[in-house]
Amino acid sequence: MSATGLTIAVPRGALFKGTVDLLAGLGMDTEELRENDRKLLFAEIGVITMRPSDVPTYVEAGAADVGITGKDVLLEQARHGSDDPAHRESGREVYELLDLGYGRCTMVLASREGPDPAVEALRRLGVMRVATKYPRIAARHLEETGRQAEIVEVKGSVELAPLTGMVEAIVDLTATGTTLKENNLVVREELVVCTARLIANPVSHKLKAGPIDELVERLRGLATAGAAA
Amino acid sequence: MIYPIPSGTRDVLPDETREVRAITDTLRGVFEGSAYGEVYTPALEYETVLARGDMAEAQPAYRVFDETGAALVLRSDMTVPIARVVATRYPTAEPPLRFCYFAHCYRGVRPQRGQPRELLQAGIELIGAPAPQGTAEALSVLCRALDATGLKDYRVGLGDASLYPALMAAIGISEELRPGLLEALARRDFVELGERLAAAGLSGEDAELLLSLPQRRGGAEVLAGANAQVQEAVMGMRRVRDLLEPAVAERIIFDLGLTRSIGYYTGAVFEVYDPALGAPIGGGGRYDDLLGRFGRALPAVGFALGVDRLHIALAGEERGTGALLAQPAGAGESPA
Repeated sequence: MSATGLTIAVPRGALFKGTVDLLAGLGMDTEELRENDRKLLFAEIGVITMRPSDVPTYVEAGAADVGITGKDVLLEQARHGSDDPAHRESGREVYELLDLGYGRCTMVLASREGPDPAVEALRRLGVMRVATKYPRIAARHLEETGRQAEIVEVKGSVELAPLTGMVEAIVDLTATGTTLKENNLVVREELVVCTARLIANPVSHKLKAGPIDELVERLRGLATAGAAA
Repeated sequence: MIYPIPSGTRDVLPDETREVRAITDTLRGVFEGSAYGEVYTPALEYETVLARGDMAEAQPAYRVFDETGAALVLRSDMTVPIARVVATRYPTAEPPLRFCYFAHCYRGVRPQRGQPRELLQAGIELIGAPAPQGTAEALSVLCRALDATGLKDYRVGLGDASLYPALMAAIGISEELRPGLLEALARRDFVELGERLAAAGLSGEDAELLLSLPQRRGGAEVLAGANAQVQEAVMGMRRVRDLLEPAVAERIIFDLGLTRSIGYYTGAVFEVYDPALGAPIGGGGRYDDLLGRFGRALPAVGFALGVDRLHIALAGEERGTGALLAQPAGAGESPA
């Protein structure tokens, strides 16, 4: 049993460093976690590592009590197309407890600089083609703004898609905008700001209320201190 | 050649059937022993009749047309059909009325999530017994039934569906804002709840209370520390607790944020948790307005257990593994 009494799902990738720093701030021994990027299970400190999009899956199943992942992941895994608008956003059965503030990125719609090719496509062809790694977020945004779109899901560098003429626009996450700029793409719309979030399994939230509340309080303190710094 | 069945449905073969049958026989023994008579109702009902129940999350997902063109739906739970039975078959019977059921219900699923399209529910409905006595009886039957199956480590979360609406009213939250706040709370998205409160211009004590109160859960201290605005709901929870046998009372986790997604709940709501499963095994609550919609206004309370989930939890407890029981295995050990 780890010091926190909890199993924590930690995302590899862009949020990894911020997350490990946060865990270190809790007094956890994170040396091995930082150094060994092949190991997945760190039993002594109650940490499991995985790609960010898998975090909600493990937490929902209770394989981890709590986890940290990006709001982009949570939005993308939200349910879409429910009849009842009140339940449209209910996705994974996990509780979202805390905005941790780091890993700040913006989900944007971007297209090639100059006259917006997406606008022209929409006007003349009635539909814009949009490449993205976030098909649900993109589809939802375009639907809510009353535009017909053909969503093209890609797994790799999204910026390539408009440069080759395959699509007129992309929906992607950007932190600094550098990659967009280098590929002559400009941000046309900002959809939503995404940060790291602390999520919890619903049953753990009840049966391990004490440890979870303590973790939330301490993380809230660290996140606030981090924001002030 | 493979002949598929719809995702979310299963064939149940003899070994599993034997185990499931042992569980349902045990539950039936407790329910019948507590004077809850078993009923069957049709899996297909008229859509117009079931729609009186305001089922929100449990909306029927499957519709067919009969030979006259009338829309039929596959039931999504048993509470609404039993409300119909009481109103139509027991229009004058002296309450309280007690029923139990073992029935397959049908739900829509999200793809690739392992959700059941067809699920076996076991439950009771206690009609005409108001709070707190009726609620305490339902909780007692629930715990007796689970004890009889041999489930050891379960806990029952107890909340009140009227608590958060009362808090919003006491603080003076405008009518337009309330559904959004309730919806964020139902998903336990406390980040969004905080954002919505901030966007509404609420700050200070009121915002803090609306955000922190529904996160309070635990023992009797949760009730003792509750604020004046929610005293009515909290008194209701306390009155229920005072009626419980010690063995039942010690299973209870008071949860000021507990909501159930089904629309017809009016008062006490509860959910069953077991460390061997990452999701609730079942739940229920008071639905004091539902019977009235079918023409026989009676207070009522009931619960439903997911038999398959109960089976998984029992197997998990037996093996000492399962969702929250498994600690991450160290290097060299095999993962649990």
